Formats: sequence, C-alpha cells, structure tokens
Amino acid sequence: MNRPIRVLIAKPGLDGHDRGALIIAQSLRDEGMEVIYTGLRQSPAQIVATAVQEDVDVIGLSCLSGAHNELFPEVVRLLEEQGAGDILVVGGGVIPQEDIPFLKEKGILAVFTPGTSTREVAEFIRKAVAERKA
Amino acid sequence: MGHEKSWEKRVRDWEENTERLLEKKPERKERFETLSGIPVKRLYTKEDLPAAAAEELPGEYPYTRGIHPTMYRGKLWTMRQYAGFGSASETNRRFRYLLEQGQTGLSVAFDLPTQIGYDSDDPMSVGEVGKVGVAIDSLEDMEKLFDGIPLDKVSTSMTINAPASVLLAMYVAVGEKQGVKSEQLRGTIQNDILKEYIARGTYIFPPKPSMRLITDIFAWCAKHVPKWNTISISGYHIREAGSTAVQEVAFTLADGIAYVQAAIDAGLDVDQFAPRLSFFFNAHNHFFEEIAKFRAARRLWARIMKERFGASNERSLQLRFHTQTGGSTLTAQQPDNNIVRVTLQALAAVLGGTQSLHTNSRDEALALPTEESARIALRTQQIIAFESGVADTVDPLGGSWYIESLTDEIEREAMKYIEQIDAMGGAVSAVEQGFMQREIHRVALETQRKIESGEEIVVGVNQFRLDHEPQPELMRVDPEIARQQIEALQALRNKRDGAAVQETLSRLKRAAEGTDNLMPYILDAVRAYATVGEICHTLRSVFGEYKPV
Repeated sequence: MNRPIRVLIAKPGLDGHDRGALIIAQSLRDEGMEVIYTGLRQSPAQIVATAVQEDVDVIGLSCLSGAHNELFPEVVRLLEEQGAGDILVVGGGVIPQEDIPFLKEKGILAVFTPGTSTREVAEFIRKAVAERKA
Repeated sequence: MGHEKSWEKRVRDWEENTERLLEKKPERKERFETLSGIPVKRLYTKEDLPAAAAEELPGEYPYTRGIHPTMYRGKLWTMRQYAGFGSASETNRRFRYLLEQGQTGLSVAFDLPTQIGYDSDDPMSVGEVGKVGVAIDSLEDMEKLFDGIPLDKVSTSMTINAPASVLLAMYVAVGEKQGVKSEQLRGTIQNDILKEYIARGTYIFPPKPSMRLITDIFAWCAKHVPKWNTISISGYHIREAGSTAVQEVAFTLADGIAYVQAAIDAGLDVDQFAPRLSFFFNAHNHFFEEIAKFRAARRLWARIMKERFGASNERSLQLRFHTQTGGSTLTAQQPDNNIVRVTLQALAAVLGGTQSLHTNSRDEALALPTEESARIALRTQQIIAFESGVADTVDPLGGSWYIESLTDEIEREAMKYIEQIDAMGGAVSAVEQGFMQREIHRVALETQRKIESGEEIVVGVNQFRLDHEPQPELMRVDPEIARQQIEALQALRNKRDGAAVQETLSRLKRAAEGTDNLMPYILDAVRAYATVGEICHTLRSVFGEYKPV
C-alpha cells in the first residue's frame, strides 16, 4: 500500500509569523501529501504528542524568533524518548547558516532558509521518506 | 509639419505609431500591473488626472497631499529605529547609542514572552527570553530600560499590543520616578489587537475584552496622558503576512473603524480621542503604488471620520502614520542588496508623507541587526533627508498623472473591501470569521507561486544569484541573558511586598469582572512591582484566552 506522506507543520514557541508555515502546508498538500498544521504557540511536547497521534512521517518546524536552537532539538529529543525516532524532522525560518551544523548534529535532517522554493522542500521530503523506508 | 495638430489628434497619432512599433518590438510583458494587480497603462496623460486632484492642497481636507501645509520644510519626519534585545540594561545601551547617532525618537521592541503576557521564568517562555526584543518582567526592568533617558525629552514608541495597558502603566510609573508628569509624556503604544488576530499572532484575550482594554486606554489617556498616541492601527503586519497594498489600506482602516465605533459605543466623544489615533504602514517594493497608497489612505480616513463619524476637529480627520520598510522583501541572499531595497522603500514613504520612519537593516532576513547594519539603516534616512532634496517641497509627486490616477484607484478598491467588511458586521466580526486571514493567505500563496515560476523577479533569489554566498557577521543574543533575567525576576519576587502585590491583583480581578476603567488598577499593580505575567494571568482568569478559528 502506498499511502500519501503525512506531514505535521508546527510552530514551536511563541513566534506568530505563520506566513511561511501556511504556504508550506498548502504547497505540500498541492504536492499530494497529507498535511496537518498545529497552529501557533505549541510546546515541543505538544508537537511530539500530535505527531505520534497523527502517525506522521515528517515534522516541519517553523520558527522566526531565534529560539530554534532551543526548540528544534527538544522536539527530536522528545521523539526519541517516546520511541518515535523514525519521524523525520526538518526546520525552516530565519535561521543563520552558522546554526545549521548544530541543528543537524541534533538530528534536524534539513533546514530551509528564506528563498527556498516549496518544490525543493517537497522533493526533499519525498526522497527522505523513501530512503527511510528502504 | 508646420500646422498645429489638436491634442486629441496627436494622441491618436501617437497611439497608431506605437501600435506599429509594437508589431516590430513587443514590450517586455503583455500586461503590466502593480503588486495589488492594478493595471499599469503604457502612458498616463492629463486625461488621467482626476478632476479633484488639481484642486487639492496640503494641510486641507481630505489631506491627500499631506496633513501639514509645510510638511518636511517645517519639520523632518521622526527617524525612529525599532530596537530591543536581551536585557533592559543592554537595550538601554543601544538606545543611548542611537540617540547619540542622531535618532530623534525611541522605539522599543519587546520579546515574545512580554508581548504575550508571560514572565521570563514561565515554561512557555523557554528559548524566547530576550530574543526578538527586550525582556520586561516588572517595573524594575522598565526603570533599567530608561535609565538616564529623560522621559520629558524623548518620545517613545512601544510595540506592544495584548498587554499594552501594562507597559503603558509602567512607562507612566517610570516617569513618576523621574519626576515627569504623565501630561508631559509623548509617544505611542501600538495597542492594535485586531491585526494580531489577522496577521501577527501575539494576542492573549478574546476580541471583546481586548476591545474594552483598548477603549479604557483611550479614555484614561485623554484625561491623564493627553500627548500620548493611544493606538497605532497597523497595516504593517497585514502586509508582511502577504497582503496587497490595497488590502493593507482596506483592512487597516476597517480595523480603525472598529476601534472608533467601540470607543463611541463606550460613551467617548469622537473628537476627544480621535486626534490621538495614529497609523502604521509598510513600505513595500512597488515604488509608485506605495506612494499612492499613503495618499489614498489619508484621503479615505479623512472622509470616513467626517462622513461616517461626524468628527469635526481637524486633528480627528488627519491620518498620521509611522512607516517601516518591508521586512518580508529583504533577502537572506546577497544581504547588501537590501540596503538598496530599503532606500527605495524609504523614499516612497517620504514621498508619501510619513510622520516617522523605520528603515530595516540589511541583515534582518538572517538575524537581529548588528550595530553596524542598524547604523547604515539610519544613515539611509539621513541621506534621503539631508542630501537628496526630496524633503524640500511639499508632496512633490502631487499632480503626477500616474500617481493621482493610482491614488484614486487604490481608494476605490480599498473602499470596496471596507464595504464588504461592513456587510459582514465590521472588522471584529470579519476577523472572527477568518475573512481577512483567508484573503491575505490567498495572496501570499499567489506571490510565492509567481516567485517560484519566475514571473516575479527577486534579485539574488530567483535571478542574478551567486554560487557562493558570503556569510556576514550576525548579531547573537547571549543565552546567558535569559538565565540572568530569570534570576533577577526571582530576586524581585523575594524582595517586594508580596501582600501588597496580591492586594492590587485582587482589586484588578474584581474590576475586570465589573465595568470600571482598568487602567488605574493596572497602574497600582505595576507600582507594587507586580509582573507582566501576574497581571496578564489575572486578566486571563476573567477574560479567557483567544482561540483562532
């Protein structure tokens, strides 16, 4: 059975800028994925709970407030704690290049910064999910 | 040659010649339009000049050409750079630096916990303390923030919405400690909750109690802080969320109508509070559309205030506004190009007659601005003000066939939206139904598609790219600051008079359950060093929290 890829788009922390998150959510839907959007102000624990409950393949985290170094790794840590380490985590937002190696080391698979096309994100997710299953 | 042709004949000939030329040399695009989708004609002539435009003067109703007869010949716009990060003491140093560099007003950015009414040690605040602005937990922090800055000498703008009443009370209390009377305080609180529901997300309470807090501020300031701008009705964030220029004007003015109506319903006299209403707009990329947008907004508001609300005080009719250049237009790629974008946008704001201006820094698509990039941004304004000559005559583009026709068009299109929102029961009801949110999201998606298809060119992003992006120095907020902030907060909790704090909070709770103006109660709590979180939690316990549709 080839079920569609399920993605949770999440806004961790208090940042209210959701233009990017909403655009990505809609674009991934247009690419045939099933997308759930958490809405604003989710704690890492809430995001992980939703991801597990909704049985998603991927979590896309969006943050523009500079809190990414604290919030993104916490999501990965909680996923592992819950035995859901197979859920892939990607991130996006206003994130300096120099933070990306740290985030990757903490288990964020990819970080998409401003200017990335939605198609690029979709292709990345498709490939990563296929590789994980293989 | 030799004989004189009539204008009509010359235009006809010109059109015919141009058609022939087009067969050989087609234009770059089949259709030219502004970012709002307003068609841009090949040529504008005197036929496009609306009849009324030729009769308009600055300083006169409907103020299309500016609210003052002399505009920048009399006084330049206020150069007001938005700043704040880390702790109050650190931000205080940046404020003093900016004042030394010739900035003429302060503009405070608060961190997200402060904006959403959480203390720095709240579990919701993890990772956010001091990040996008300064962390303010109590009056003690506010005292540090304005240490050595005489509040009777500067005007201060505070970007705060849901807890605006609390931060305003703190500012008044700092003034008291400095010996400055509240009547002398000058500045602005953003205090615009509707755009938070629409576009920016830092709301706390549901619309009804939020509107009450806002009208309480209007009423209280009219008596006690008469020089204070009690609201800055903001299109900026609506535009950042993806709206067009037309939507920016329409939704902002629709929000403005809702505030005026709420204040009138609360028993206030329109001419008593309306002179203290101010606005906040974005300056985006389409140069002419932006200039026309500011002119159209001014004219529309004057008409709304006069015809709809019967305001008669001239000041009630005049739309005064702050402008910030468009953050979402800045690119992480080749960030120095942002200096050029900001220059053009700032120029549009000045040609549009803004009262104050914030120019964004080149590195804001990457992080908070460094001191160097903040300085370049301020210098950009100074170059426009002192070197370009654009400030030396009033409304220099007035009478331009294109600008005047575009001003009319934006006014007309925005009015259609306002009528649609009226039909939905006004802005509060339209927000609750998600109308503006959906309209903005639709345009944001279209814009993204145009950029990805290359129909809209973004220099350095989808064209003219570099293979290797040089990485600029970025400003970083030291995570140590959050720890120190939390320590200081806990020390304050130990040293203040806890019983007095509880007493003021209980009185505030009872007032919130009733109908008294809440400002005096909030001011008492602030004076007792109750925290932003404690005050907001008290109000949450009565008002509840907003849950979006």
